[in-house]
Amino acid sequence: MMKKFGFTINAKRAIDLDINDRSIARQVAARVPSWSLCIGCGGCSATCTAGALTDYNFRKLHLLARRGETSALRKQLNNCMLCGKCTLQCPRGVNTRGVIAALMELLPKE
Amino acid sequence: MAAKRVIVIGGGVAGMQAAITLKNNGISPMLIERDINLGGKLTRWDRLFPCGTPANEVIGKQIESLSELGIRTVLCGEVSEITPSDGHVEVTLTDGSNYEAEAVIITTGFDLFNATVKEEYGYKIYPNVITSADLEDMFKEGEVRCADGSEPRSVAILHCVGSRDSQIGHGHCSRVCCITGVKQAIELKQAYPDCEVYNFYMDMRMFGSGYEELYKEAQQRYRINFVRGRISECSGTIDSRVRIKAEDTLAGRPLKMTVDMLVLMIGKQAPASNAKFASELGIGLSEDGFLKGVDNFDGATATSCEGIFVAGTATGPKNIGESMAEAVSAAMKAVEYVNRLS
Ligand SMILES: Cc1cc2nc3c(=O)[nH]c(=O)nc-3n(C[C@H](O)[C@H](O)[C@H](O)COP(=O)(O)OP(=O)(O)OC[C@H]3O[C@@H](n4cnc5c(N)ncnc54)[C@H](O)[C@@H]3O)c2cc1C
Ligand code: SF4
Ligand code: SF4
Ligand code: SF4
Repeated sequence: MMKKFGFTINAKRAIDLDINDRSIARQVAARVPSWSLCIGCGGCSATCTAGALTDYNFRKLHLLARRGETSALRKQLNNCMLCGKCTLQCPRGVNTRGVIAALMELLPKE
Repeated sequence: MAAKRVIVIGGGVAGMQAAITLKNNGISPMLIERDINLGGKLTRWDRLFPCGTPANEVIGKQIESLSELGIRTVLCGEVSEITPSDGHVEVTLTDGSNYEAEAVIITTGFDLFNATVKEEYGYKIYPNVITSADLEDMFKEGEVRCADGSEPRSVAILHCVGSRDSQIGHGHCSRVCCITGVKQAIELKQAYPDCEVYNFYMDMRMFGSGYEELYKEAQQRYRINFVRGRISECSGTIDSRVRIKAEDTLAGRPLKMTVDMLVLMIGKQAPASNAKFASELGIGLSEDGFLKGVDNFDGATATSCEGIFVAGTATGPKNIGESMAEAVSAAMKAVEYVNRLS
């Protein structure tokens, strides 16, 4: 059986936009304007090698960042190998590598 | 020989376009409109997608052409009966008056969905739940205000209200409400840059020319928040704000928030008169009550009843350009038809 670590991006709690702090999302959107064009198609996560081997889901990760659900994301992001395949795939032309770099810098280290 | 006559029923953009086309092709048209003004729904809209053209400009041009061409127009005349009898058609108004012509084009348009039917969204229950049509009224008046007179700081826009909903028996997509949601979200941000705007959608249907571009502009330039998920219900808070519940389906998590205003993107529905005309004339009706042409292709504007043609949103949800294009098609079909009559 796989060992369960104490973090997950599938929390059961509802996303509450009244209380979530979305300041990181605002900073990422300002640095990487194309991020706002995401339509959640999942092309990035489908092509992602890290996603094929682990439960790392880049589409979901950056959507949660947008909603201000940032806990556990920084650790998840360590799965990324910065290969850039996701950027080559994105139909909306999102600079996903830029998003990853911004998130790595802005998300609090746990 | 006297010019052949064609009666156009309904003076919205489709009806006016049909009348203009008929006249330009040697026919003597007569336009009958139930309201006191021509223009149909556009008399209520402020600026139009996709380019922000004032609605008044579009109908103003048509009204000008009608008068330049000397097209006979009857206002405040509601058609209640259409009776074909070989080679001509008689049209009767609710006031009992009668008109005769060789052919008729039905351009009676659509009805707006009555949002009180979807009680769970609280229209007419919570003061800050309004419809897309109400928001157009506010844009026309020049300001958007909450019930207490304050500027909204957060607005949720809910797509598909009264469309694509088995609960109310409306299977069809109303086609223009996605782009209207995007347009209205942008207009809100232009007027109130600090206002947070959220669009809750089931699918984004950006079919028209310039629509996808406008969607991208809404995302990137105006930072409008798009959430894929249908609001299931809402409730009023003690300070008259609106608490909404949805699922953020792309996150796979429930989502809740409180906004100053909820705008319902109400759909188009077939007016009750469609069923009446269809049964009197023996023409087809779609599952959702829109008038049917003989086929979906070349015969879209001709009906199974000789001399009766259909166009505009009476045959199903359409934008203005499509309604006008269909009106031209129906007019040309009518021209061919009446010119064949001896
Ligand atoms: C909220 C909203 C915003 C929209 N914004 C845009 C936009 O920005 N751009 C765009 O391209 N499209 C827009 N649309 C779509 C647009 O409103 C329609 O495409 C257009 O109104 C269709 O014109 P029509 O002539 O078919 O019907 P209508 O506008 O409904 O006109 C029908 C006319 O027939 C008359 N009539 C009905 N029955 C009778 C009768 N028995 N006897 C006599 N007269 C009768 C009515 O009074 C009415 O004047 C919008 C729609 C909605 C709901
Ligand atoms: S591929 Fe692009 S548009 Fe699709 S989910 Fe990833 S970032 Fe978003
Ligand atoms: S850059 Fe990271 S997120 Fe993108 S495909 Fe490579 S490993 Fe996956
Ligand atoms: S156009 Fe969009 S909002 Fe309107 S019914 Fe279709 S999917 Fe729903």
